Amino acid sequence: MTDLRDKYIQAIAAAADENVLEDLRVQAVGKKGEISLQMRELGRMTPEERQTAGPALNALKDEINSALAARKEALADAALDERLRAEWLDVTLPVRAQRTGSIHPISQVTEEVTAIFADMGFAVAEGPQVDTDWYNFDALNIPGHHPARAEMDTFYMHRAAEDDRPPHVLRTHTSPVQIRHMEQHGAPCRIIAPGRVYRADYDQTHTPMFNQVEGLAIDKDISMANLKWVLEEFFAAFFEVDGIKTRFRASHFPFTEPSAEVDIQCSWVDGQLKIGEGDGWLEVLGSGMVHPHVLRSAGVDPELWQGFAFGMGIDRIAMLKYGIPDLRAFFDSDLRWLRHYGFAALDVPTLHGGLSR
Amino acid sequence: MKFTFSWLRDHLDTTATLDEITEALTDLGLEVEGVENPLEKLSGFTIGKVLEAEKHPDADKLKVCRVAIDDGETQIICGAHNARAGITVVVAKPGTYVPGIDTTIGVGKIRGIDSFGMMCSEREMELSDEHDGIIELPSGEVGQSFADWLAQNDPSKVDPVIDIAITPNRPDALGVRGVARDLAARGLGTLKPRDMDAVPGSFACPIGVSIDADTLDAAPVFYGRVIKGVKNGASPQWLQARLRAIGLRPISFLVDVTNFFTYDRNRPLHVFDADKVTGNLRVHRAAGGETMTGLDDKSYTFAPDMTLISDDAGVQSVAGVMGGLPTGVTADTTNVFIEAAYFDTVRTAYTGRALKINSDARYRFERGIDPAWTPHGLEHATRMILDVAGGEASEVVVAGTIPDTSRAYRLNPARVISLVGMDIPEAQQRETLTRLGFELNGDMAAVPSWRPDVLGEADLVEEVARIASLTRLQGKPLPRVQAGVPKPILSPLQKREQAGRRTTAALGYNECVTYSFIDRAAATLFGGGDDATMLANPISADLSHLRPSLLPGLLQAAARNQARGFPDQALFEIGATFSGGEPGEQRLQISGLLIGRTGPKDVHGASRSVDVFDAKADAEAVLAAMGAPAKVQILRGGEGWWHPGRHGRICLGPKKTLGVFGEVHPKVLKALDVKGPAVAFTIWPAEIPLPRNSVSTRPALALNDLQAVERDFAFVVDAAIEAQTLVNAAAGADKVMIAAVRVFDEFIGGALGEGKKSIALTVRLQPTEATLKEKDIEAISSRIVEKVQQATGGTLRG
Repeated sequence: MTDLRDKYIQAIAAAADENVLEDLRVQAVGKKGEISLQMRELGRMTPEERQTAGPALNALKDEINSALAARKEALADAALDERLRAEWLDVTLPVRAQRTGSIHPISQVTEEVTAIFADMGFAVAEGPQVDTDWYNFDALNIPGHHPARAEMDTFYMHRAAEDDRPPHVLRTHTSPVQIRHMEQHGAPCRIIAPGRVYRADYDQTHTPMFNQVEGLAIDKDISMANLKWVLEEFFAAFFEVDGIKTRFRASHFPFTEPSAEVDIQCSWVDGQLKIGEGDGWLEVLGSGMVHPHVLRSAGVDPELWQGFAFGMGIDRIAMLKYGIPDLRAFFDSDLRWLRHYGFAALDVPTLHGGLSR
Repeated sequence: MKFTFSWLRDHLDTTATLDEITEALTDLGLEVEGVENPLEKLSGFTIGKVLEAEKHPDADKLKVCRVAIDDGETQIICGAHNARAGITVVVAKPGTYVPGIDTTIGVGKIRGIDSFGMMCSEREMELSDEHDGIIELPSGEVGQSFADWLAQNDPSKVDPVIDIAITPNRPDALGVRGVARDLAARGLGTLKPRDMDAVPGSFACPIGVSIDADTLDAAPVFYGRVIKGVKNGASPQWLQARLRAIGLRPISFLVDVTNFFTYDRNRPLHVFDADKVTGNLRVHRAAGGETMTGLDDKSYTFAPDMTLISDDAGVQSVAGVMGGLPTGVTADTTNVFIEAAYFDTVRTAYTGRALKINSDARYRFERGIDPAWTPHGLEHATRMILDVAGGEASEVVVAGTIPDTSRAYRLNPARVISLVGMDIPEAQQRETLTRLGFELNGDMAAVPSWRPDVLGEADLVEEVARIASLTRLQGKPLPRVQAGVPKPILSPLQKREQAGRRTTAALGYNECVTYSFIDRAAATLFGGGDDATMLANPISADLSHLRPSLLPGLLQAAARNQARGFPDQALFEIGATFSGGEPGEQRLQISGLLIGRTGPKDVHGASRSVDVFDAKADAEAVLAAMGAPAKVQILRGGEGWWHPGRHGRICLGPKKTLGVFGEVHPKVLKALDVKGPAVAFTIWPAEIPLPRNSVSTRPALALNDLQAVERDFAFVVDAAIEAQTLVNAAAGADKVMIAAVRVFDEFIGGALGEGKKSIALTVRLQPTEATLKEKDIEAISSRIVEKVQQATGGTLRG
């Protein structure tokens, strides 16, 4: 029995493939295999002989079956190893190209601004980019002869010869949205109005189209001190710089009274603008208490209601925050610029997650 | 508006430093744009004395000087002809920057001899153009700072120049006195009285003045007088220095006087050579067609209703804008007629704009001068001329009357506090207004004649606030509209725009912001370019028409990027497009553009040309992100800038188009210089219907555990039959059981024959009540075949 065992265990260990293993299985433990035949012999043995030979044969059968299974698995493993070895790939090869899109800084910054003002209860209002001169000027206390009209480098729309209305304008600021919003919704209100505006000017720092965001808050008792607080809060949140200094100084706009311009603290170091340090000031915003004439134009009684308005350049604060040097490049769609200054599609600015990465 | 510190102190008695003044000006709304302090660039120069000057052994024109300076004796080689022993000089020691030659002095060797510095001329220190030798000071101690010496002995040379920006509402601050008044109101000194008695005339004015009755609105008052026997010539040094300091060129004394009062008191004046005036002066409306040569030597022709001043010979001056050359004052003038008048702001502005003349006079008249000071301006100028140039003054002639600008507004101290949000006591409010020249009568504040901008109570608030200082204003929290977590604020369309933008970027497109105006040719290609969308005054011919579509701007951007070496691009934009020139004729659009290949050549062979199905896939993804229904129709018949056979409109019914995708027409690409292939999509977000209910709960999830079954069918149909027809027909065969129909193969021509194609569909059947038996499937299958055959005239492929 020991010989039998040795013969098969050795043969199984030496089996080179599954076919050989199967042959061995048939020879050893198949129906007519050597071990099966020997087991049939058990019936002829004495009970004493049977008592020793029976368990021994069963053990041998189990051992051979185990050996067969183990060998089978080893062969499969070896075969798999061989296949995997053959499947070696140069994984330093590049992947299939995937485009990466981007969000324009103007869109991103508009969303940042919206997120901050939304928290302070400001909704987003919109208005037409071609507007009447009444909405763009007269309603905002800028009559025809006002020097501000000439200074704004207004784009006028063509007017057909038989049409004697004053020509429409490409809005020179987002302020007409104030009038349109109050006409429709009255007071109280809190809105911002981001959007494109137009002025006939083109040089290093001016483009004929740029982006502004208007702010308007009207209620019974809103004061200039509230305006200052709102803007200080805004700049601290927007620029994400602790202790950023702003300067609020008297100025003049036809549509606000009193009026103030706001500068933010900055420095130029090696041609790079840094916000919140140094002793330079950069003008970023015009603001003030809404002029009674403007409220009346929009059908709101200035004896009952008061509030503030402001306008700031979205492109400008984008340039400041993200260190973008040239305004003209915003509108050139140079792929290199879009990829460098753009934002990832899923970088949605939120107050809880932070506006910028 | 520029002025010097000492000029300011002529009007303001103050001990404030330059820094305090400039800080206050900016805070008051007179924004300082620049300060030029000559002392700063002179800080390194020191006074020395030449002890000895010997000829340089190797150079005839150079001298070797021994010079006493603050730290002992030094040796300086000097080429100035006046360098000699005994003179007091200005020395730049090594390390000193000399602005006039833009050089920092070092230790040098000149023809073999060491030189330890430089002795300077005025030009080298940018004090004047004087360069005839080095400076010889009449006084000064060795070692004294030259800047200190100048400040004591020749202060006008180191007078700081302040440049401020004046907002259009503050004409009074276009005169130094107005600036001083603001500073005095702030408490930085007191305003000096500068009044004077009128100069009595000793003879009747030989030139009369009159204003036509129909011109009195444009020119309400005109004062004038002759001064005879004056000696015109160069102005005194102090006047020349002032004018130069603020960037004006001294011309002759009589002209300089007018410029002085223009800046000193915002009081433009005009001087005529009285001997060249023929007869009397008459202020009148232009009839149109008159001409005049101006002081700028240019010829002007006038339009009707411009205000002119003429004598018997013709037009001699454009009121408030510019005088005429023929009657202008010259160095030889001995008899001068001085004009001090008041002209209407609006009329002056229109005239100046029409004639394109930008003069100091126009700038001031169109913003508004002080009408009440008109006669005083004449008297002040008379006094200055008599004092400096001698002569004899005539009596004053007057036409018209000073316009009455008197008005008063109620000061409501509580309202001021409420609007500004600062506790400014009533007494302080009244004091501020008084210092600014308002006269308070009870609670009524009468506006001074030099403040045309004050037109209501709100203007009083502004005056009080800016003098109180907005820099000092403490911010106060703006209370929330309601307590608690803020409500969302975006409208459905705004959210949709944001979703569209983020999704398109996530699909790999780079967002562009292109100009809203494009050239007419490009606009015409996309159905625009008409006169209604034309700008009257475009900044260039490239930017003349409002864009009818975002695609031309994107295609032009793509062409620029191709020229930069980027053949494969994915660009998109979201913005307004314009169908006309009226407010509201604008529509929000999203357009995406794919150009070239899906990517660069790669080892996987995955790169291929972009095609119409890329555009379609992206359009569908963006529409889905914006909440468009999944079930849409693809119809043809889009606009002419699409490839006629390779585009589709994504529609809800024949009349509602949500978007379009397709290949861009090759002619359009050619016209815009874009190398194809180019596919694109355009979506109009506002067209997508709003969801019917806005509750956040979803419908219950109905899961079905019964085994779904898929069956494939292939049909042979005419090549022109669209796959969607087959899909719709198959889906209609059993609306309950058929869960989905997918096209999985298309085969055209070949053994099928010309004009035929095979379309293969997979139909997924989802039983709801019992597992499908073979005969159920057979029944549905034959219905599908029947429906498709009915709809297409095709046959089941064997």
